[in-house]
Amino acid sequence: MTNLSDNWLLKVEGLTKIYGEPNENSVRLTGPLFGSNICPETDSIVACADINLELFPGEVLGVVGESGSGKSTVVRLLYFDLESTAGVAYFNQYGNGAINILNESSQKKRFIRNHLMGMVYQNPKDGLNFRFSSGGNIAEKLLMAGNFNVGRIRERATELLEQTEVPVRRLDDSPASFSGGMQQRVQISKAIANNPPLLFLDEVTTGLDVSVQAKVLDMIRTLQQELGIAMIVVSHDLSVIRMLTDRTIVMKNGRIVEQGLTDQILQDPQHPYTQLLVSSLL
Amino acid sequence: MIPTFKKFDTQFNFAFIDENTKREIRRKLLKAICIPGYQVPYSSPEMPIARGWGTGGLHVTLSVIGKDDRFKIIDQGSDASVNACNLRDFVHRVTHCRVTFDTHEATLIQTRHRIPEEQLNDGQILVFQVPQPEPLRAVERYETKTREMHGEADYARMWVSLYEAFVRYGDIMQGAGYPVMVNGRHIMSPSPIPRWDVPNLNQSDCLYLFGAGREKRLYAVPPHTDVVPLEFEDVKFRIEQFSGIRCSMSGTGGAFMDELYNDLGDFRHVINDSDFLDKLVERKTRPQQWSNKYLQEVLDEMNANTDPQP
Repeated sequence: MTNLSDNWLLKVEGLTKIYGEPNENSVRLTGPLFGSNICPETDSIVACADINLELFPGEVLGVVGESGSGKSTVVRLLYFDLESTAGVAYFNQYGNGAINILNESSQKKRFIRNHLMGMVYQNPKDGLNFRFSSGGNIAEKLLMAGNFNVGRIRERATELLEQTEVPVRRLDDSPASFSGGMQQRVQISKAIANNPPLLFLDEVTTGLDVSVQAKVLDMIRTLQQELGIAMIVVSHDLSVIRMLTDRTIVMKNGRIVEQGLTDQILQDPQHPYTQLLVSSLL
Repeated sequence: MIPTFKKFDTQFNFAFIDENTKREIRRKLLKAICIPGYQVPYSSPEMPIARGWGTGGLHVTLSVIGKDDRFKIIDQGSDASVNACNLRDFVHRVTHCRVTFDTHEATLIQTRHRIPEEQLNDGQILVFQVPQPEPLRAVERYETKTREMHGEADYARMWVSLYEAFVRYGDIMQGAGYPVMVNGRHIMSPSPIPRWDVPNLNQSDCLYLFGAGREKRLYAVPPHTDVVPLEFEDVKFRIEQFSGIRCSMSGTGGAFMDELYNDLGDFRHVINDSDFLDKLVERKTRPQQWSNKYLQEVLDEMNANTDPQP
């Protein structure tokens, strides 16, 4: 049996994001123990601190927690939407995993984003440009990765829309005229356009009605099985986590309070907060 | 004798702008030449015409002009338009330089919306009046953001807008000011010249300087620089097609044409570049720029379409 711990796709150590002007006690005086992520001394906000995680190829990792627990911050930091205060992240598909991707120049970060990562936001407006057609939105991702052939771009966009069950006839329509579920599927098409090895899903089904939710989740699961993409799924909804993920991290007040196999966490939660979360939902 | 403003009875400096400001503009021009296609902010001092009416071009012209220069100015290809005449008079009055209509003879040419048809040589400078220097303006409203995009060569949205145009209209419709990639680094707006002129920016012998007075930006294309219009692998940049059309005055093709309408609603085609047309009529020149591969395509097509003369 190969040693799994050397096989990671993404390794994050000590990831921290603090807003405001922290002092040396800010991290120590916040967290689940204090029930707050606002530093009592400086009023700086510790959005997340000391996040360590490893993600393996083809694995789906869930991040669960209440609003403000820092779960979205973690994926946004890893997708370079936000700049981290401290911490390192290694990505084994980039520079043999020896380079801290959080420290790279913004050009290199953009390269990593465009070639090796995909992101699906809760609000399609964040991930799509409504002034462009849905085909144009998918084209953006392909163009950024250096495909300059319109015929092939359209072929690929058609293929993706078929895969995500968006009517191909609407390829040249703006996503502004689409329903929420369709917008979300266009966003997913865009995110996976370059076959990235890593995909971030930030509350993808929040705001969709239940039947559409089920369809989108089903589609994500199918795509994951077909393409073997590793995913980090952020959700406050434990049923989403249960359906999609293999392993789960539970966050509270910007810290990881518990992590383990999803089944284990849902069946036998250890941390009081996780117990509360599971009991209130099931 | 340097002319004076009677009202104040003070002399003004050679070429109107004071020496320090001219020096500033020349410094910025040197920077622009060093970074082809990069927009350099500059002071854009007050001129006796309103900003946006050719002040950018005038700033550049007056900063680089010397007493031995021969000055030519065209507006949409014409030496005789109101804008060209007034600016020519102004530059002549403040510098006493010789002015000319002859493209070949001129050492400094200011232009609005055209590049002369006649090939420019290594002793010449072409100065453009630019209304909107920012090629990314159509896809990004904020100047801070566009400067960041240029800085990081983040041009995906520009490409998407071309893709969108193709999808919507079946072709890239940008008629004037077609975005070009300069020296493989910066996307630049070549000021609203027609697509016809865009290939002439590539690997030229002369120096191109661009001044946008209202937007306070200077940029440049040095001689022998790669300037490539943005195009996809399968959707190519094409210049305007004047296939089978010949100039009604000179009888030749292969130049950018105007459509002139009369009161009856009929129209005829006339070569847009007035100096080039005059020379053709007097048979003093022949069409140049044969090295232009885009033009060659058009001419080949034209020759294939026209019937052989008996």
